[in-house]
Amino acid sequence: MATKASRTAARMMMAPAVIVLLGWMLVPLIMTLWFSFRNYLPLRGGDLGFAGFDNYVRFITSSAFWPAVLATLTIVLGTLIITVVLGVLLALLLDQPMWGQGIVRILVIAPFFVMPTVSGLVWKNMFLDSVNGLFAHAARAIGVTPVEWIIEAPFFSIILITSWTWLPFATLILLTAIQSLDSEQLDAAEMDGAPKIKRFWYIIVPHMSRAITVVILIQTIFLLSVFAEIFVTTAGAFGSKTLTYLIYQRVLESQNIGLGSAGGVYAIILANIVAVFLMRIVGKNLDA
Amino acid sequence: MGQIELKKVTKRFGETEVIPPLDLVIGEGEFVVFVGPSGCGKSTLLRLIAGLEDITSGTIEIDGQDATAVGPAKRGLAMVFQSYALYPHMTVRKNIAFPLKMAGMDAAAINAKVTAAASVLNLTDYLDRRPGQLSGGQRQRVAIGRAIVREPSAFLFDEPLSNLDAALRVNMRLEITELHQTLKTTMIYVTHDQVEAMTMADKIVVLRAGNIEQVGSPLELYRTPRNTFVAGFIGSPKMNLIDGAEAAKHGVATIGIRPEHVTVSKDGGDWQGRVTVAEHLGSDTFLHVASDLGQMTVRVGGEMNVRHGDTIWMTPDMTHLHRFGADGLRTP
Ligand SMILES: Nc1ncnc2c1ncn2[C@@H]1O[C@H](COP(=O)(O)OP(=O)(O)OP(=O)(O)O)[C@@H](O)[C@H]1O
Ligand SMILES: [Mg+2]
Repeated sequence: MATKASRTAARMMMAPAVIVLLGWMLVPLIMTLWFSFRNYLPLRGGDLGFAGFDNYVRFITSSAFWPAVLATLTIVLGTLIITVVLGVLLALLLDQPMWGQGIVRILVIAPFFVMPTVSGLVWKNMFLDSVNGLFAHAARAIGVTPVEWIIEAPFFSIILITSWTWLPFATLILLTAIQSLDSEQLDAAEMDGAPKIKRFWYIIVPHMSRAITVVILIQTIFLLSVFAEIFVTTAGAFGSKTLTYLIYQRVLESQNIGLGSAGGVYAIILANIVAVFLMRIVGKNLDA
Repeated sequence: MGQIELKKVTKRFGETEVIPPLDLVIGEGEFVVFVGPSGCGKSTLLRLIAGLEDITSGTIEIDGQDATAVGPAKRGLAMVFQSYALYPHMTVRKNIAFPLKMAGMDAAAINAKVTAAASVLNLTDYLDRRPGQLSGGQRQRVAIGRAIVREPSAFLFDEPLSNLDAALRVNMRLEITELHQTLKTTMIYVTHDQVEAMTMADKIVVLRAGNIEQVGSPLELYRTPRNTFVAGFIGSPKMNLIDGAEAAKHGVATIGIRPEHVTVSKDGGDWQGRVTVAEHLGSDTFLHVASDLGQMTVRVGGEMNVRHGDTIWMTPDMTHLHRFGADGLRTP
């Protein structure tokens, strides 16, 4: 058991890490909060004093706000649906005994390690490009006019890229969930007269429900801040401007740090709401 | 309904043959116990009968019909698993109702059956709980409930009591035996506990490495074990098996005598030995004895005052002496 002296020693040893982490989080957070109440225009006079809640009001009353909310929701929901549905199917597939299982599992996780900027560029230039992209080649091969994916279907393109990045994550978590299912439960259900599909619905899906929730919440937090994929493909054009992208434009293109910071604070609040649910679910998981 | 016949059934996992060709008939309404050491293939054999595992060769007939290619759901058998295999996200009611729901029965009929099963198994107060909120014995009963509502032609139990504590095990043993007497349905019961086998079975099947060593009623196995393996496996404490010169006197390779068939005296007898451990159970005392013939166990009455280190004399009861040839088989 820990004595008083060893506890003190432990605290001293942890202190540097805790202080760095706190500083790392708190300094930017406080700066954002501070700027969000200032009228700060770097190229137009610099810090022009307190603005009260003006920035907050202006951010949400701007004509770009609701379309950005809609774009964010489209990308988040679209990616979630694709990754969860395909993730479950892929996990089921990977759970089957097969030749070269180890290698296949490593290959499946690989996209997760590709940086968003890189995957965005790869998809844009190698797949979606209307002249040199693989999709365009395929279209021409069957005699169809190639589609300008990024212009004609910007959301589809972005969701495709984000799903490609996040599918491995979902698959991996769901695979571990499937593997933790007691095979005797499936045997019992089979003897009880449940065919494969019903065993999936009545046994496997409920067993995975918590893992699915965790996947949804974690992905939501990260997908709310999707940026690179948009930046390198549409650059916010064609209605694909999300909240994150809007904040970026306010700060760097309009050079209005106060307004952007207010948007940032909204984003922090949003992410924290999701995080609270996540903590609850994960906490419950640990209790059970 | 409920006769099961295995004909030349074999099972291999890859290269390893777990069940060599095996023939077995399980009669209607019988309580058959598969018993044998860990890893001998009891569960595998049960899963083959259930249809959860494909047999490599041979045929399985249920009620005279070839069921080899029939799926587990269609064989009309119900199984109770060692881990209970309850569905954790469903209430007790839904667990018991699950097979009926899968069979497409209407809600009123399901409800009536579940209520009836619950009252038989003393589960009425727990119907709206989840398995996680039940004790081990209650979970066991839910698993049995889920099996009986299907009205199967035979029940398969895979070590259903091994996760329960000793007292509860004795209780559940009685409950299952009573259930068998009420339902009169064929039951196949797997265990590695020979006491369970002796107390519950109409017929015991002793398995070793997938081979059937002997089939018979508990008393047959106790009185006339076919070989040294069965002799050592059935009965508690184990039969003393003695080989060497003493066995040669009887013209065989091995002789066997059960601890309860030896008379012990402090004054004189056939074999001499020194008590290493005396286990006093009150009614009986089991003496572990280091003798010239090797380590032996004998039973004496609870009153006999013997202690560690005492020298005693043992005399076997010749009418209960078992003789085994060099091949391990019983000789008359
Ligand atoms: N899926 C499998 N693949 C390969 N070998 C298996 C498989 N299942 C069982 N075996 C082997 O078959 C043999 C019999 O296993 P089984 O589970 O039937 O034993 P058991 O008699 O039920 O033992 P226990 O009393 O420990 O439950 C074991 O040697 C086991 O290693
Ligand atoms: Mg077993």
